[in-house]
Amino acid sequence: MGPAIATVSERVPARHWVASARSGGTLLLAAIVAFAPLVLPNNYAYDVAVQIALNAIVCVGLNLLIGYAGQISLGHAGFFALGGYGSAILATRFGVPVWVSLPATCAMVGALAWLVGRPTLRLKGHTLAMATLGLGVIISIAITTEDRLTGGPDGMAVPPLVLFGAAVQGERLWYWIAGALLVAAVWLSLNLIESPNGRALRALHGSEVAAQTLGIDAARFKLQVFTLSAVFAALAGALTAHYAGFITPVKSSFLHSVELVIMVVFGGMASVFGAVVGAAVLTVLPQLLTVLKDYEMMVFGAVLVATMVLFPQGIVPTLARRFGGRAR
Amino acid sequence: MGSSWLQFVAGGLTSGAIYALVALGFAIVFNASGAINFAQGEFVMVGSMSAVTLLGLGLPLPVAVVLAIAAAAVVALIIERIAIAPARHAETVTLIIITIGVSLFLRGLAQLLWGTGVFRLPGFSGDEPIAVGNATILPQSLWVLGGAAVSVVLLATFYRRTLLGKAMLATSYNRLAAQLVGIDTRVVLFASFGLAAALGAIGGVLIAPIAFTSYDAGIMLGLKGFAAAMLGGLGSFAGAVAGGLLLGLLEGLGAGFVSSAYKDAIAFVVILAVLFFLPGGLLGTRHRDRV
Repeated sequence: MGPAIATVSERVPARHWVASARSGGTLLLAAIVAFAPLVLPNNYAYDVAVQIALNAIVCVGLNLLIGYAGQISLGHAGFFALGGYGSAILATRFGVPVWVSLPATCAMVGALAWLVGRPTLRLKGHTLAMATLGLGVIISIAITTEDRLTGGPDGMAVPPLVLFGAAVQGERLWYWIAGALLVAAVWLSLNLIESPNGRALRALHGSEVAAQTLGIDAARFKLQVFTLSAVFAALAGALTAHYAGFITPVKSSFLHSVELVIMVVFGGMASVFGAVVGAAVLTVLPQLLTVLKDYEMMVFGAVLVATMVLFPQGIVPTLARRFGGRAR
Repeated sequence: MGSSWLQFVAGGLTSGAIYALVALGFAIVFNASGAINFAQGEFVMVGSMSAVTLLGLGLPLPVAVVLAIAAAAVVALIIERIAIAPARHAETVTLIIITIGVSLFLRGLAQLLWGTGVFRLPGFSGDEPIAVGNATILPQSLWVLGGAAVSVVLLATFYRRTLLGKAMLATSYNRLAAQLVGIDTRVVLFASFGLAAALGAIGGVLIAPIAFTSYDAGIMLGLKGFAAAMLGGLGSFAGAVAGGLLLGLLEGLGAGFVSSAYKDAIAFVVILAVLFFLPGGLLGTRHRDRV
């Protein structure tokens, strides 16, 4: 039991800005993104890096929900796929330019998440898990069934992202876009956590009753976080689709939702960098496990169970505590 | 027209009885641990797949069925010892994620053992459809309904008549109070996993002659069982049975009269509607929030 993470009392006002997680951490991540190309040997490595960055964007958002608001979503693959399919359908079937279709889709997914979250987040316990699970399954079935719009089980081609009149193509260019967006997402999340809202959110995770007696509107903050996490997922989904040039219903499956949750908890709940590390490890792991394709699901499950039993807080917070640092 | 009604109702109740058994498993584990056991569907699969294998080894059907149910329970008990018990003080979210990990592991193991093929058990008393009016009903449907009803009665007797059952019931009302009167809640959690898995496996072997089975058959059954448990009110046994039957009925009628392509979505549309308009579930009042 007990609050998993950083408590509200750990405000350290005199800390130099570089040492704070918000600025220093973002700078560190920006530096990693900036200098990683020095060690990326080829386009395949760039491709993996792009996938890591896009997955990490989803995880950073999902982590706010799981780690800070203490709510689990089992339908984020639905938001992810809606982002990809939405942008692709608007662009190919309705002739909307991609630079419009992408943000428009993200806004629509945000609105959908808000609509679903509003009644369910006022309730306690497992209702959000059930609601997101249900929504995810419905989205997945709709995508598979409405084949005139979505291409059905075979998926559909997605036009390239067009920025300033030029198509964005090639792993290297995509690397910089995905990397910059990841840094922006992390910075935004850290800001949210350090804001009064974020402190309220952490108080909430410690004890919802205590937080409410202090006048914190628990449901409102949960709803904000849930909506933001859905928008992050839609953004990453749309970018993944435009990057790959193709999307299939697999992206909307319950298993993909589970995969996203695994990335978050493996890296560390309530740790923004944990989410990034989790996304990195679990994006690379399947690439390494291709030789063991038959064992992939078993290994995945075993890793998940072992992590949660041995490090209930996830990898990054556990290591951070061991070496005396702060996990954030 | 009248005959298709009967047909859809019969089909719906048959699936509904299975959802009820799976939902009971969710309720039992929830009452003992406060967590949703996402591996519940996998126990359904382990039960039906084991039965197929045991039958293939030449065992008579009744023996294969009983051994398969026992096998699923044993697997669940082992998993409780290895994965759940060490983390029982963890947060609920952590426990849920552990069960998701267990479900992935079991599904991966099943894929390795049995491949990705689809298997089927023979009907317990033949596959000759019975004509009822203008509708036809498989004899296996009667087995499903009867088997589920017997299981529910046995479960109720277990809770009412045995010491372990009473201890489990007490724990579900108030874990701390149960501990104070000397109930070992670790034993309750252990037994809950075995019992939930056995119920799921019963559902699995009963439905296998109709719906077939494969390494991933547990996903949808598990998710719908969860939806049924939520529909009836999580933690309520009567609610689980009612929720399962209602869900199956709505699904049968929906698939028949609305859209068969969206058959699997109907359960989740219903559950979303219930969450929005009737948040406690149909019979779920026990776990209302107290501040």
